[in-house]
Amino acid sequence: MGMTVVEKILARASGQTSVKAGDVLEPRVDLAMSHENAALVINQFLEIYKETGKDARVWDPSRVAIVFDHRVPAESAKTATNQKKVREFVARHMISKFHDIRGDRGGICHQVLPESGYVLPGAVVVGTDSHTTSHGALGAFAFGIGATEMASVWTLGFAVNVEVPATIKVEVTGEFAPMVGPKDLILHLIGTISAQGANFRAIEFHGETIRRMPTSGRLVICNMSVEAGATAGIVPADDETLRYLREEAGVANPPAPVQPDPDATYVQVVKIDVSTLTPQIACPHTVDNVKPIAEVVGTKVHQIVIGSCTNGRLDDIAAAAGILRGKKVSENTRMLVFPASSRVYQRALDAGYITDLVKAGAVVMNPGCGPCLGVHEGALGDGETALSTTNRNFKGRMGNPTGAVYLCSPAVAAASAVEGVITDPRKGA
Amino acid sequence: MAKVVYTIENDISTDVIYPGRFMATVLPSETPAFAFADDATFNGMLKAKQVPPGSVLVAGENFGCGSSREQAVSTLKGHELLIIARSVARIFMQNAVNLGLNLVVAPGFEAAQGDEVEVRGEEVVNVTTGKKFPIEKLPRARQAIVDAGGLIAYTRKRMAEQASAPAGRG
Repeated sequence: MGMTVVEKILARASGQTSVKAGDVLEPRVDLAMSHENAALVINQFLEIYKETGKDARVWDPSRVAIVFDHRVPAESAKTATNQKKVREFVARHMISKFHDIRGDRGGICHQVLPESGYVLPGAVVVGTDSHTTSHGALGAFAFGIGATEMASVWTLGFAVNVEVPATIKVEVTGEFAPMVGPKDLILHLIGTISAQGANFRAIEFHGETIRRMPTSGRLVICNMSVEAGATAGIVPADDETLRYLREEAGVANPPAPVQPDPDATYVQVVKIDVSTLTPQIACPHTVDNVKPIAEVVGTKVHQIVIGSCTNGRLDDIAAAAGILRGKKVSENTRMLVFPASSRVYQRALDAGYITDLVKAGAVVMNPGCGPCLGVHEGALGDGETALSTTNRNFKGRMGNPTGAVYLCSPAVAAASAVEGVITDPRKGA
Repeated sequence: MAKVVYTIENDISTDVIYPGRFMATVLPSETPAFAFADDATFNGMLKAKQVPPGSVLVAGENFGCGSSREQAVSTLKGHELLIIARSVARIFMQNAVNLGLNLVVAPGFEAAQGDEVEVRGEEVVNVTTGKKFPIEKLPRARQAIVDAGGLIAYTRKRMAEQASAPAGRG
C-alpha cells in the first residue's frame, strides 16, 4: 500500500519498510530543539538520571539545538537565571547548535534552524515548541513535544510513543492576487477546517501554488498548521527546497527529497483555489474565527505588530517597507517590528527596509518572539486592540486578558499602520 | 464520586490555563499558583482553597490547544484536579500522559457546576443527571507510559533495557 510523506519518513526513522496511520513507532530523532524552556527540560533530564547511578549524558549533543528567543534579552532576573543555567548545561554537554543572545547568529528558533541548515528533507525533528511544525516546510516531519518528552529524547535518542498520524491532503491551485499570500491561505484553511480540524493528523500541502511558493511562504503555512491542531504540516521537498538549502542555508549536498506514493491514503482532501482569495483576518479570540477583511475594515487598532516565527522574514519586512516607504504610521497607533533572526535583520538593514520602517515611525526591536506571547515586551493596555502578523489571538495572548488580537498578513498590518484602523492593502491598487 | 467545581467552554488554550507571562516559572511545585491566572473566578476559588483534591473541572472540545508549555499540565496536576474534557489537543494530551495528570476524555460529556460525577470503568457517569458517557481509550503506547507511572519512570525503564541489550542475553 502506498505511503504518505510522513509515513515514509517515520518508516525510515523506525527501520521499517512500511507503516500506516495508527501504527505506534519509536523513530530516531535527527534534531531536538528547545528554547528557554530548556531550563525545564534540564530539570526533567536530571530527574530521569536521579537514582540510576549513571552520569546524565545527552545521547548525541550534535543533534540538540537550543535557541534563546522567547525572552531576549531577559526581562527579569528569573529568566536571566534560567538562561544562565541553560548556558552552563550547553557548555558542560558540548552542545554545538546553541544560539545565544547575539546580534550575528541569534533569532527565533523556527527561523534560525532552517537558515542554519540544521533541518533537512526526510528528517525527524522534535521541538519543545508547538510551532515546530514550521520545519515541515523543508520536507521534514517536525512536531511539538513537552519538556519531559524532550528530556526522554535527550536520554534515549528516539521518541517513545509516536502514533503515525493520518494525513489530510491540501491541494492549492491558482495565482494569488496582489497583496494576498501564504498567510491568507493558511488563515483561510484554518477557518475552513476549524481549530481542531487536524487534531492528531498531519497536513500535506500540494498543488501548483505550493510548488511556486518560496520556502519562506511554506514556512508560514507549515508554522500555522498547528493552529488547526495538526501534529505536523509538511510540504514534500522539491527543487525549491534544494535551492533554499544550497543558497540560503549553506547545505552543499542536501539529501534527496521524499515524495508520497501516488496511491497514498489520505483521510481527507481539501482543495483551495487562491485566485479569488482576499486578505483574511483571524478575529479574537480563536484562530479559526477567520473573516474576509471586508467584514472588519475600519476596526480601530492600538498596536500593530510585524514579526514572529510566522511572519518576521525578509519578504515580510520587505512587503511592510514597500507599503510604508515615504508614509507615516498613524498618530493613533504604534507599530512594532521584530525581524525573525539576526540574519533577516542584517539583510533588511542592507536593503534599506529598516530605514524605511523607522522613518515611517515604526519601532524596530531585536530579533526574538517579542510581544507574540505576552511574556516580554509590547503588552497591550486594558481594552486595547492589536493587529498582528503573529500566529495566536487567544484571550490574554499579548499579555492582557482584556486585550484583543486580530491576526493578518504583513501587507494588511502595514497598510493598517498608516490609517490606524484595519485597512485593505488592495485599496487604491 | 466527585463534584464538578467549574466548567469551561470549547477551545480553552494553554494561554488561558497558564498565561505566557508566568512561563519563566517552571517547577511543578511553583506553577499551581498561576492556574487560570486571568480567570478571576476559578483562580480565586483555587487560591481560597475552595477546591478540594479530586474535584472535577469540566472542559469542552479542543481543551489545551496552543502551545506545548508543560506548565499548563503541571499547574492543574498540582491542584489534584480530575479533568473531564469532550476532546483534547494533541500536545496537551501527550503532556498529560507524560506527567500523570488525571484526565478523562469523554466525547459529548455534559455536566453543570455542582453535579456529582463518577468514573466507572470505561464510562463516566453524571450521577446528578443519570447520564452516562463512554470514555475514549488511550492509544496503547500512551497506556504503557501511564502504567509505568509517567514518562520519567518509563524512560528509566527503557534506559535500563537499552543498557542490558548489548549484553546479548537473549
